[in-house]
Amino acid sequence: MTASPTRAPPPEGAGEAGGAIRPIVAIAHLSKSYRRGDQVVPVLRDITLDIPPGDFIALMGPSGSGKSTLLNLIAGIDKPDAGELRVDGEDITRLAEAELADWRAAHVGFVFQFYNLMPVLDAFENVELPLLLTSLGKRDRRERVETALALVGLSDRMDHYPNELSGGQQQRVAIARAFITDPTIIVADEPTGDLDRKSAEDILGLLRRLNSEMGKTVIMVTHDRHAVESARHVTHLEKGELVAGDGEKVT
Amino acid sequence: MYFKLVFKNIFRHRLRSLLTIVGLVVAILAFGLLQTVVHAWYAGADMASTTRLITRNATSLVFPIPIYYRERIKAVDGVKAVAVSNWFGGIYKDQSFGNFFPQFAVDHDIWFDLYPEFRTRPDELLAWKKDRSGAMVGRQLADQHGFKVGDVIALKGAIFPGTWEFTVRGIFEPRDDTTITRQMYFHWDYLNERMKQLFPKRAEYAGLFIVQIADPGRAAEISRTIDREFKNSLAETLTETEKAFQLGFVAQTETIVMAVRIVSFVVIVIIFAVVANTMAMTARERMAEYATLKALGFGPGFVAGLIGGESVMITVLGGLLGILATFPVAAVFKSLLGSMFPVFQVAPGTVAMQAAAAVGVGVLAGLAPAIRAGRVKIVDGLRYIG
Repeated sequence: MTASPTRAPPPEGAGEAGGAIRPIVAIAHLSKSYRRGDQVVPVLRDITLDIPPGDFIALMGPSGSGKSTLLNLIAGIDKPDAGELRVDGEDITRLAEAELADWRAAHVGFVFQFYNLMPVLDAFENVELPLLLTSLGKRDRRERVETALALVGLSDRMDHYPNELSGGQQQRVAIARAFITDPTIIVADEPTGDLDRKSAEDILGLLRRLNSEMGKTVIMVTHDRHAVESARHVTHLEKGELVAGDGEKVT
Repeated sequence: MYFKLVFKNIFRHRLRSLLTIVGLVVAILAFGLLQTVVHAWYAGADMASTTRLITRNATSLVFPIPIYYRERIKAVDGVKAVAVSNWFGGIYKDQSFGNFFPQFAVDHDIWFDLYPEFRTRPDELLAWKKDRSGAMVGRQLADQHGFKVGDVIALKGAIFPGTWEFTVRGIFEPRDDTTITRQMYFHWDYLNERMKQLFPKRAEYAGLFIVQIADPGRAAEISRTIDREFKNSLAETLTETEKAFQLGFVAQTETIVMAVRIVSFVVIVIIFAVVANTMAMTARERMAEYATLKALGFGPGFVAGLIGGESVMITVLGGLLGILATFPVAAVFKSLLGSMFPVFQVAPGTVAMQAAAAVGVGVLAGLAPAIRAGRVKIVDGLRYIG
């Protein structure tokens, strides 16, 4: 795959406005640190990165490199210390908690490593969850959920509970839940990390389809070299900084 | 979906939920029974009338007052009627607690006019009034010992020596469940006659007077007037409302009542700790789920509501079962302790307190975990392994 540019080239078919492509995710001088006792531990330093619409980008790096933190910031579930982070033109660092929650509901689809399904809800109800925050009626929600589950190949498992599904099937339910609201971006944190090779390939295939057929922008954190091959672009992080593919720091 | 989530979450750990609910049932039941015991203690005061005053010897209840006081009290403005009442204290069969029941020598001609809460049959009342050694027994007492009209009750006098025989001429019924009918009344004249014969110095005395007044609003004023009437006499009087008089008896055992009351609340505190611990464990285990819901866009209120709602639903379920169990268990208690508590019934106020305790425990026990779940940072919650 390609090396990690700070400004990822646009994928084929990406929208242009007056010749310039507006990135769907625009990150400028983003920094984040955590407190550990009295110590301040920097996790991300001065990150600048643009992700064009319709991209499928993989964030790679060793443990502690800050890739999951960067993904969390993009998804609006964590806040940076400094810098600007725009998603679809909106600076999400300025949003209050409640506004951010509404923003996530409308713009972000989540795929977690351990699926994070509600164990007391069946596949249908799990996929329906994000739709409860919309104004859709029961019938519309049903139609959408059935379509989504059909797309991930689980029409016959709608009334199954997570503990009645394999890991791969649970992750497919999670993917259906991620795109059910037609979000702006889909963030996936190690989506194949808990799966066998075959299931992992199925999941990556689904993410590729979401990207190529539905035009969804997918941002994926992964350690998996095979998973990286599904991405259009790869961005490497080391010690909280973007680096070129060979480990050289990007300036 | 909210209620579905709350309801399904309750039964995720069936054994834990079951044990918590069983604990709640026992606690709410125990609370209800102990409150009923406290209520039963005050039964005498509860059935007191606002139109009745009690005049007794100011020195102590054990000292009698002359019978001629009756006419002077009757002459006080606002007094409608005056009746004598004397504690008899006779022993039925033996001195066992099960055979104890109160007996009073009373003014037979007006007694039941003063106590409309006792329902009598006119023919039985007439027969009693005509028979000098006749007795009227209450329904509870009759049922307890199997007394029937025509039976002869033999009592061994403890305060008034000798063997005393009374013929049951009637059985009076309670007006409602709060009326105590575990006592026996007989003619004061009969007692006084025997005293005249055996112990003339003890004749012509009354234990106390029941004073019927027309206007309850004048109770304090009439009481003061009666007591002023006998100021500096050989037997000064103390007049008080019937309720105050009854509460005076309860005050003698106030420490026990207080202990029972405290224990009833301690039971609630204990179950609160149990439920709070259960909810804290539950919330801790589900932190990743709450974080996921927040990531999906659900607000802190929804997430806090899940754990708070679950807590309240568990305690309401346990409380409801506890309240339902209180009635049959109280009935068993009553059958076992009937001689100690003539009125032992679960009052509506007790049920309300049980319900309030259940809901209160649910709200308070779920409060801290709910706030914690609502405030969990998504990135921290997602890392949480319960």
